[in-house]
Amino acid sequence: MTQIDSTKDNFYTQKRSMPPLGGYNLTFLKIEILRLLRNRRNIIFTIITPVVFYFMFGGGKSIHQKMGNGNASSYVMISLAVYGAMIATTATGASVAVERAAGWSRQLRITPLRPGAYIAIKISSALIMGVFPVVAVFVTGALNGAQMTFAAWIISGFVAIGGALVFVPFGLFAGYLMPSESVMQILGPVLAILAFVGGLFVPMAFLNSTFRNIAKFTPAYGIGEIARSPMMGHGFDIASVANVIIWMAIFAFGAAMLFRRDTGRV
Amino acid sequence: MSNSVAGSSALAIDLVGLKKSFGTLCAVDNMNLQIKPGEVVAFLGPNGAGKTTTIDMILGLLPPDEGNVSIFGYSPSQAVARGYLTAVMQSGGLLKELSVVETVRLISTLFAQSLSVEEVLHRAGIDTIANQRVGKCSGGQQQRLRFALALLPRPDLMILDEPTTGMDVEARRDFWKAIHQDSQEGRTIMFATHYLEEADAYADRIVLINKGRVIADASASEIKAMSSGRVVSADVVNPKIADIEKLPGVTSVEYRGNHIVINSTDSDTTARYLLNIANAKNLEITSHNLEDAFIALTTKDS
Repeated sequence: MTQIDSTKDNFYTQKRSMPPLGGYNLTFLKIEILRLLRNRRNIIFTIITPVVFYFMFGGGKSIHQKMGNGNASSYVMISLAVYGAMIATTATGASVAVERAAGWSRQLRITPLRPGAYIAIKISSALIMGVFPVVAVFVTGALNGAQMTFAAWIISGFVAIGGALVFVPFGLFAGYLMPSESVMQILGPVLAILAFVGGLFVPMAFLNSTFRNIAKFTPAYGIGEIARSPMMGHGFDIASVANVIIWMAIFAFGAAMLFRRDTGRV
Repeated sequence: MSNSVAGSSALAIDLVGLKKSFGTLCAVDNMNLQIKPGEVVAFLGPNGAGKTTTIDMILGLLPPDEGNVSIFGYSPSQAVARGYLTAVMQSGGLLKELSVVETVRLISTLFAQSLSVEEVLHRAGIDTIANQRVGKCSGGQQQRLRFALALLPRPDLMILDEPTTGMDVEARRDFWKAIHQDSQEGRTIMFATHYLEEADAYADRIVLINKGRVIADASASEIKAMSSGRVVSADVVNPKIADIEKLPGVTSVEYRGNHIVINSTDSDTTARYLLNIANAKNLEITSHNLEDAFIALTTKDS
């Protein structure tokens, strides 16, 4: 952005051009993050819940149960880091609900911001917001029994954050569907159910075979499997990757449809 | 001079054959409107006349069914992307969890060229509440914040959609003072309002629309005269009634006891005749107010 000097620049000959990158910029990103961090309910949901669940689901008591390159504590820890990142990315996408309810989307439409740059801002914010719960859960785990190889810490952390991006279009979709501030109160329980059937709360091995087969088709399953694989040390199958890609495509398509419909006055 | 803005076709707003229907309802019906750079235009009409639909099409928020919108020779979205055109909306459009200065800083980053954040806060008269959360600002302060956002690229054209709705008298006056001070630069302004005194006080030109069409387009005083003219009265001895009746715009003449009362849509010519030719004294011109004209014109049409 160049600054106009109103004492020197002539009003009519003032240079006018379009912003680079469709308006995407770091100040916008920074203010977007500040906004999300100011939402206290959001922070409790995103950071406190998965940390509390770590203790509730026995993360602190499973130290001596060895699993692959780590232990059962690290299994619980990674699963809940994925859960926290899922909430963070969904909430970031769903923040569009508040923006629409407030007419902010309309305000942005009369600025040079391009829709693609706006989506890129949402994805970048989601990535950054995903870091908070993953770090919180990993620090909690590290101090309370979770053990695994160094490489597993690093890789599973990045997979949890990156994989959770699947839920950005999910949040956007819900945000366009329900333009109100209470959208996360509905999505919170939905995410808990998805986490449960996707094997983030209870290991898949504890479930019966019918349930296990259904679980493989739910959206949280693939990310959990891939995020845990460096710790488990057995790699991941193609079905998990397909699960992530297909759900990403479904959510993105739904969000894009509603985004295009969203041209009215809200 | 303003032709340098965007080449040869430098009308600030050029609406040609604009049409927009919602189902069977025709909101804008073949609207033609040309606004030159530097004009301050009030856009008047009863509720449902098509003001907001027209504004949405000018801003590129709504595609027209037929016709064309050109802003300094650009399409609306191109004009918005380059900062030629900004708007102040009636309500909404702000995030209450951000502060005033954060909101301005955020929007300023979206323009390739922008005035400084400090300057627009000052011009809009909200530099003293820069760190206040938007949610804690009064309606009038929020409206000045919207105005500050619209000032950022120093636009050539600013559209205001009923900007003072819900403000008290003092807030309205302060708001218009800020707009007025700023428009000295030569900015084109188009504002929709339903406060007729605002149109009367601040606009060079009034465009009155009803049922999606322009039904009157003139200065405030011309619009007032258009409805039923003005009343010119004076003391005069032995006037030539037949000559007066032939003056342009005269619709009725009444003469009683050396006092004449003339209804005329061209009160200037009538008055000039009375003073110069008929040696009239104590001449008075009373006009119908804009509200009378507004009601007369919009009901006549329906």
